Amino acid sequence: MKNNVILFSLLCLVLFSCIKKDDPIDAGLSSNAKVTFSNFVGNQPLVLQSNWYLNANGDSFKVNVYKYYITNVKLTKSDASVYTEKDSYHLINEADASSQSFVMADVPEGTYTSISFLIGVDSARNTSGAQTGALDPINGMFWTWNSGYIMAKFEGVSPQSTSTDKTVVYHLGGFSGATSVLRSVTLSFPTSLNIKKGTTPNIHIDGDVAEWFSFPNVIDFAQKPLLMTPGKDLVNIADNYQDMFKVNHID
Amino acid sequence: MKNRIFLVVFSLVLVCNLWSCHTDPLLQPVPKNTDISFVQPANWPTPNYNFQNNTLTSDGFALGRRLFYDTRLSIDNTISCASCHEQTTAFAQIDHPTSHGVRNQLGNRNSPALFNLAWHTSFFWDGGVNHIENQPIAPIMNPVEMDETLPNVIAKLNADPTYRQQFKNAFGTEEINTQRLQKAIVQFMGAIVSNQSKYDQVKNGKASFTADEQAGYVLFQQKCNTCHAEPLFTDFSFRNNGMLITLDSGRAHITGLASDRFKFKVPSLRNLNFTKPYMHNGSIASIGAVLDHYTSGIVQSPTLDPSLQNQITLSATDKSKLIAFLNTLNDYEFVKDVRFKQP
Repeated sequence: MKNNVILFSLLCLVLFSCIKKDDPIDAGLSSNAKVTFSNFVGNQPLVLQSNWYLNANGDSFKVNVYKYYITNVKLTKSDASVYTEKDSYHLINEADASSQSFVMADVPEGTYTSISFLIGVDSARNTSGAQTGALDPINGMFWTWNSGYIMAKFEGVSPQSTSTDKTVVYHLGGFSGATSVLRSVTLSFPTSLNIKKGTTPNIHIDGDVAEWFSFPNVIDFAQKPLLMTPGKDLVNIADNYQDMFKVNHID
Repeated sequence: MKNRIFLVVFSLVLVCNLWSCHTDPLLQPVPKNTDISFVQPANWPTPNYNFQNNTLTSDGFALGRRLFYDTRLSIDNTISCASCHEQTTAFAQIDHPTSHGVRNQLGNRNSPALFNLAWHTSFFWDGGVNHIENQPIAPIMNPVEMDETLPNVIAKLNADPTYRQQFKNAFGTEEINTQRLQKAIVQFMGAIVSNQSKYDQVKNGKASFTADEQAGYVLFQQKCNTCHAEPLFTDFSFRNNGMLITLDSGRAHITGLASDRFKFKVPSLRNLNFTKPYMHNGSIASIGAVLDHYTSGIVQSPTLDPSLQNQITLSATDKSKLIAFLNTLNDYEFVKDVRFKQP
């Protein structure tokens, strides 16, 4: 008898422990939007560590590391109302395909006309202590000696580089005042984004690495092969890359 | 039958006891030495860090203390935070102008004393770190200090079940990540308060200065208080105090501003008896020599602090009285507080 009670209790334990709570986002009822980033150099897809490209100055280069933060993502409706993604911090890493898209949950239904976001991590998160997830310093995008995030990172090689081993390294950091490399971007959609329950439309955004080095400030790899401290040189690159994105299409 | 049950139980107890010999002593029921709280001393300003997003608990404090004393935070498991920040010397390192990192490397600057950090608005001599929670990972990753990577540190801690248990005790689950590592160390570091010096007792009406100490206090208020503001004995500003100019540009390394060249964070004057040598580069060996620097050793340069343009005037008697006062700032309690000792 006692054994039966014990067995029954165990059975209950096993059974109950197998019952999972329902997923809070029911695919049939929630309305989501996906954002996918694809990186190019000019018209060519970016391929790390193999393809050679040309910058506006005529220097050829290969890219080994390419990462940037996309944060504070917002979608704006035709009636000007705004959806703001919660805890909106994404690290897009060219070496990790899974990092290049993300899904924003519970976007209110309706017709949206534009997306906006920050390139980089807002100043608040640069000054509020230990962070986690995309903002974990383990991702290699945090300066420990001069607190703050590296908003975008480009590392490559160029025969024109004057650094030892011909490297070209740009770590764009600086979140306040004149040295801020934070840039806010707003992109209109070529066709409207229709959010409705049960679907997850995908916003395809193309980014162009060549923009880092072309306009308005032409970057010369021979003159400035290594830039890793906040200041005017990095601000020049940020002024260039703020125009690097466009929405290719929505599907 | 009963004997057999007894034998089994006895063996189990024996095995458990043997096992416990190999477990970390910190996993025993929380001893008194982790009874920790953070109290703002009377008449002190509001701390800059108040543990609001990092609730101070005995378990978090014990974990932070263990990490602080653990050499596994360095690449070759030789250097811990405590290697350069020893409790007996107010968590500075005595007789070392600059400290030793892994592979016998010398650092660039004098390891600062660690106390009352919750009031600090920035960290390091150049103030490069803007938040106490971001401080611990800087020496871990600095090539001349611990030269370790965060993934390695987290892997080493994860390999130790007693750490996983301690992270669970402190944060609810066994997960070990950078944020938890940072917050745990800050529960230890941030809870170190030094407020039991004779000066504090005088201020609280529990002791009185001698005539020399009192005269020294008056001199201090006339000549030193601008930068070394009471009751923390620093205003946390960055100033060029007329040391010999070297390659180390100090605050300018962080801000990029020429006007910040050769400026360093004003250190507290508490616990000077424990923390020699002095200055950012550890180049002055005694308090007397520090006073001599301010009366006759100031090096002129464009960013020299305005308050030191004409040096400081102090007679030999003034100096001895001033030293008598400075000695009232030594806190002999916190340097032997069992809560801050190596576990």
